[in-house]
Amino acid sequence: MTGFVERHPIWSLIILLIMAFLAWLIFAVWPPGLEEAIGRKKVFLSAVFNGITLGGLYFLVASGFTLIFGLMRNVNLAHGSLYLFGGYVGYGISAATGSWILAFIAAFIVVAIIGVLLQLLVFRRMEGQDLRQTMVTIGLSIVFADLMLWAFGGDFYQIQTPAWLIGPVQLPLMTAMKSSGEAVFLQYPLVRLVIFCGSVVIGILMWLALNRTRVGMIVRAGVDDREILAATGVQIQLVFVLVFAFGAGLAGIAGVVGGTFQSISPGEDTRFLLASLVVVIVGGMGSIPGAALGAIIIGLAEQLGSVYIPTYAIVVTFLIMVLVLALRPQGLLARR
Amino acid sequence: MSLIQEARTRESMLARGATAPPATWSVTEQPWGWALAALLLIMPLIANGFFLIEIFGTTLILGTIALSLMFLAGYGGMVSLMQLTIAGFAGYMVAVFGVSGNANISLGWPWWLATPMALVLAVLFGTLGGALAVRTEGIYTIMITLAIGAAFYYFTNQNWAIFNGHTGINTIATPHFLGINWRTDIAFYYLILVVAALCYFAVLYLSRAPFGLALQGVRDNPRRMAALGFNVNAHRIAAYAFAALIAGLGGVLQVWNYRQISPGSVAVERCIDILIVAVVGGITRPVGPYIGAFIFVILRTFALDFLVKVGLDGNRFRLLIGLGFLAIVFWSSDGVIGLYERWRRRGQQKDAPPRSGGHGHG
Repeated sequence: MTGFVERHPIWSLIILLIMAFLAWLIFAVWPPGLEEAIGRKKVFLSAVFNGITLGGLYFLVASGFTLIFGLMRNVNLAHGSLYLFGGYVGYGISAATGSWILAFIAAFIVVAIIGVLLQLLVFRRMEGQDLRQTMVTIGLSIVFADLMLWAFGGDFYQIQTPAWLIGPVQLPLMTAMKSSGEAVFLQYPLVRLVIFCGSVVIGILMWLALNRTRVGMIVRAGVDDREILAATGVQIQLVFVLVFAFGAGLAGIAGVVGGTFQSISPGEDTRFLLASLVVVIVGGMGSIPGAALGAIIIGLAEQLGSVYIPTYAIVVTFLIMVLVLALRPQGLLARR
Repeated sequence: MSLIQEARTRESMLARGATAPPATWSVTEQPWGWALAALLLIMPLIANGFFLIEIFGTTLILGTIALSLMFLAGYGGMVSLMQLTIAGFAGYMVAVFGVSGNANISLGWPWWLATPMALVLAVLFGTLGGALAVRTEGIYTIMITLAIGAAFYYFTNQNWAIFNGHTGINTIATPHFLGINWRTDIAFYYLILVVAALCYFAVLYLSRAPFGLALQGVRDNPRRMAALGFNVNAHRIAAYAFAALIAGLGGVLQVWNYRQISPGSVAVERCIDILIVAVVGGITRPVGPYIGAFIFVILRTFALDFLVKVGLDGNRFRLLIGLGFLAIVFWSSDGVIGLYERWRRRGQQKDAPPRSGGHGHG
């Protein structure tokens, strides 16, 4: 971080100024002129919070994707299908038992098992053949999508939010000042905040596991040089299976999250596959902090875009991708 | 790039074994090619309107769009998933500049002005997308072009001023000239046939022209080509531009065929369909996409009846396509062409003494 500041003082200053301006937008009471120009602060704050929580969901999906890519160099284009399947499993479990937590555990385990099967039956057979793996996962995603359409139909499913998470919570952020001088605070759904905190915790745990534990060391070594790592006696295939299982399991969890605060239906698999593609392209392939940064940027761009420039919201996301590709083709936080 | 390289090495192995050079045009050298050409020419005598347009016309259109992907993937080593997006863009432009039922959007230009305009814009779109995609390699190219395709799909869904949102543009006028309505079945079939043949032979010619050879050099070893003084990225972008022209032609024909266009025509699934068509047919020869398109169209048209007849749910046709695609990718690195050549080679090996080694992929 300090290295970046020393090398790019002007960029650091610009980023700092932008962040300070954003902080001012979030915490200050807006002057009337600004409210006239771009609308009420409540709308803006809701969009920001929606964007950040959506970013949390994107992070859950994209981090598994980027982890699998970083270690095994295979682009799992069936990742969106794993997400959708996790959502359906979570819905089934939560409808049957009524337990939200159980839905997470079941979705993680079931989708992780599918990930293990994928790794053993498909990816191990074609190691090092990127393009072929990509094609096979495209084929698999078509097959999975149709099987799921067959099994679950075209309906929308929403996973029941547990009672203790229903309802809004008051945040210590002012949206406006009443004429009497009384402050109006932002109300925001509790469940989205909890889920966002959950994904932050998962992200931090992942970072710690990767950077502070022996398994994490092995995984990082595998990212750098698989052959030498295998030559030192590490059972690389076992590491592959475990990482694949974990990445797939994360997609499963994300499915439950998505099913709780949005809904799950056919087509969501492509949507989230594309979202994770864009997130990892922006953040940098194979980098967990990159996935986090990319997820927040894309989530914010999508939500703010859909509030302020509804017809061109998707173009904003796309322009961010183009800009990153033009300036830093390897992604914002890639090491290369 | 293993899939392409693998197919390529195997093909060069075959070429070494073969005695005759592949591009001779006499009837005795290429009996199947001439028979097929003759069959396509007299097709209107054999097939009725449904088969002529719904099967053969659609096959040729789809094959032409997939041909642009084959050109990029087979000769350039770049798998672009945005070819259908370019085709759809050209179709939209025909609708926007030409005459359609949505008078508030269409500018009402005559077809001979609207069509070239659409093609120019499509080439521009493809070149820009290509310029973006060549900044990356291999699997990254797939992801970026897929993202471009998806962005265009969502954009057409959201934009009402030009693309008329999710309803799309309907009753698009088709060309009338020389006193012929070119949308009547037989005239339209010949129009498609001529365009498809032009594209096919253009790709065939270009693959042996200096540009195509340099492009293949770039595919096999970009660093060496750069060291030899070739501008690698310029060749790649030029390939994207040429592919965009082919895809654009396919898109114009497509929009004349259906006479309407909507975001559904440029959805992500359709983009992937083009990849399936090209890969199932084979991406090392220009004829592959047309074979793939024929199989795809036959499946799409008759799978429902077939599945119902076998006692299964007719809606499972995408499952059938997906499984077929998986099987092809699993067992053959070069689609149906690869399977056919392996089968032919096996036939030859029965006569010749068995060779050690064998095929190294599985």
